[in-house]
Amino acid sequence: MEKLIGFTSDYIRYVLIGGQKFYAWMGFLSVLIAAALYGFYLQNTEGLIVTGMTSQIHEGLYFANLVFLVGVAAGAVTIVFPAYVYHHKGMHEVTVLGEMLAISAVIMVMLFVFAHMGRPDRLWHMIPYIGIYNMPGSMLAWDVLVLNGYLLLNFICGFYYLYAKYTGGKVNNNWFMPLVYISIVWALSIHTVTAFLISTLPARPMWFHSMMPIRFIVTAFAAGPCLIILAFLIIRKNTRMWIQDDAINLLSTIITWCLGIALFLTMSEIVVELYARTEHANGLYYLMFGLHGLTSLVPWFWSSLAFMIIGFVMFLVPGIRTNYKLLPIACVLAFSGIWIEKGMGLIVPGFIPTPIGEVTEYYPTLVEVLVTLGNWAAGFFILTILLKGAIGILLGEVKYESGTAAKSGDLAGSSQAAAVGSK
Amino acid sequence: MGAAALMTMSDDAKAATEWAEHFQGNYRLMTPEEKAEARTRLERRYSAEYGKKVTVDGTEAQPGVLMGYALNVRKCIGCRRCVKACVEENNQSRGKNPGERIEWIQVLRMERGEFATDKMNHGYPEGLGIQVGGNAYTPAGQVLEGQYRYEPEAVPEKDATYMPIACMQCEKPPCVKVCPVRTTYREADGPVVIDYNWCIGCRMCMSACPYWARRINLTNPVLPKEEMNPVTHYLGNRPRMRGVVEKCHWCLQRTRKGRYPACVEVCPVGARKFGNLLDPESEVSLILARKNVFRLKAELNTFPKFFYFYD
Repeated sequence: MEKLIGFTSDYIRYVLIGGQKFYAWMGFLSVLIAAALYGFYLQNTEGLIVTGMTSQIHEGLYFANLVFLVGVAAGAVTIVFPAYVYHHKGMHEVTVLGEMLAISAVIMVMLFVFAHMGRPDRLWHMIPYIGIYNMPGSMLAWDVLVLNGYLLLNFICGFYYLYAKYTGGKVNNNWFMPLVYISIVWALSIHTVTAFLISTLPARPMWFHSMMPIRFIVTAFAAGPCLIILAFLIIRKNTRMWIQDDAINLLSTIITWCLGIALFLTMSEIVVELYARTEHANGLYYLMFGLHGLTSLVPWFWSSLAFMIIGFVMFLVPGIRTNYKLLPIACVLAFSGIWIEKGMGLIVPGFIPTPIGEVTEYYPTLVEVLVTLGNWAAGFFILTILLKGAIGILLGEVKYESGTAAKSGDLAGSSQAAAVGSK
Repeated sequence: MGAAALMTMSDDAKAATEWAEHFQGNYRLMTPEEKAEARTRLERRYSAEYGKKVTVDGTEAQPGVLMGYALNVRKCIGCRRCVKACVEENNQSRGKNPGERIEWIQVLRMERGEFATDKMNHGYPEGLGIQVGGNAYTPAGQVLEGQYRYEPEAVPEKDATYMPIACMQCEKPPCVKVCPVRTTYREADGPVVIDYNWCIGCRMCMSACPYWARRINLTNPVLPKEEMNPVTHYLGNRPRMRGVVEKCHWCLQRTRKGRYPACVEVCPVGARKFGNLLDPESEVSLILARKNVFRLKAELNTFPKFFYFYD
């Protein structure tokens, strides 16, 4: 118990103290979060009318980001799986960083759920026993179950591992390993269920196909590692933590495969839908070429496709893939390409035209953009803290023995110097 | 002075009842006493808010009744009186901004021009031998937003046909299945209803509905005091609040009292028929037995209790 208190207080003390760069970054994020809170306040006094959503297109930026971020959360398994199933040494050292990313991404998903709801004050209606939980009928209920389960699994696995490192004790594999294996399968389940959420609606022909879950999973396993590689490269540059090259290279290989499959699935969808060009293809047609003269998503689609193809080619070439100056560019291209494809490019055209044939467009308002940015900022805020704490423990800067000594303030100063902006 | 006192009193009543409303359960699972209490609470709030005596009815489904609806597409002249009557009867939001304007009935206007002779002979391969396909490039019934709110000089227009739609009250409603909190459900006498106080506004039901029958209250409904219909039902036309979904419920406040829905009553050509599907002698049952009847999007297996027919 004393160890646990020591862990908590040392951890908090360590993550709250940093250099100028750290405070500037956190301050910047806080400003964005404050703006989002104001937007959220407007939404819950004026109503969703302050957003661009209508009765025709009633899911927009929020739902799009929600879907995308579930993928990022699931993408963390690209570290956990090689580490524990293939005993990849480089990955094993940084597994916990992947789990921290998963925690942050799931929290972001939940923030977007709050932003999306018409009545967030009534979310308690979903809590079993005091409310009603429509199981097994409602796919949304399943999604809530798997997402919360995934958050809990990653929290337990991640922090138990860190705690063991902190105290210098051994990880109890008897229950730790089963949990890790469960969390690997669970990662697949969160994105599968999120795909089912929209692909089980015959009313929306654009979404109503069985390719959705596998497409979600491959895009997740491309976008997730892109973010992880970027984070790894930043960590290598700004902290004393060294992440091995072969861990990064393995992630690039995974991205190459998954991005290739994702592009193949996109191609399959386009051929199947546009060859026959039934009215069920109107959503995709709107996305690619516009419908009835309305074309607001067309540039988004083609830029997304271009980003993904250029990114894929860059990943294919070994000379670029292993060049850590060019790799971030490929990662940013693939990440933003998938963000468009799976976000706005998937959710919005599902509503165009409406089931009765109305063609209408969706323009996010400033409030929506602010809330979206703020939710991402909140996610990065949490991610920075979690990564900083995890790195401190992995490096041995936060240890049980030193926990008592830290009170002198001496160590706090040195760790501050060591972890200058460990973002 | 008196008015001011009344105002403050009503504000108190409003605050107190709204607070209690936050903690009430799902209407379907309440005991009869709790239901009565919830309705009285609402009556107090609405009466204070709209400055008149508002009743919130709770009449339950009667055994042996299954409501059904039949619409004669041949007869509809597209006058949209049903739309107007529905808005007035059911306390829909009627503001000036698009997001404040809710109509449950849509009268789809379809141009006969889609099937004009000059569009017919375009399927033969042209140019490089690419099949272009008849009038496939102007799919019937596809319009820009708001075009269903047509305002013609006179109806029926010469070159148009009309197809009114609203909630189909499906026997296998996709909206009910996806609701995470079971706030929307099929009543024993047929209509699919919503407990507006239990809805969390997730809008999954709207995504699931193949008939675009559901609307979200994007803001507090704009409902002028003098236009508010004070005869309401808990699961029916009582005023809604911001952030919840609403839709047609076949005027439960009327039909459970043996009256016709407002749209049936107002239709000038008698295109709309309503009755008990379990009574073989009812008008709707006779139509099903004798006329050419079809359901909209029957291939989706939603089994609407809203039928279309023609003579």
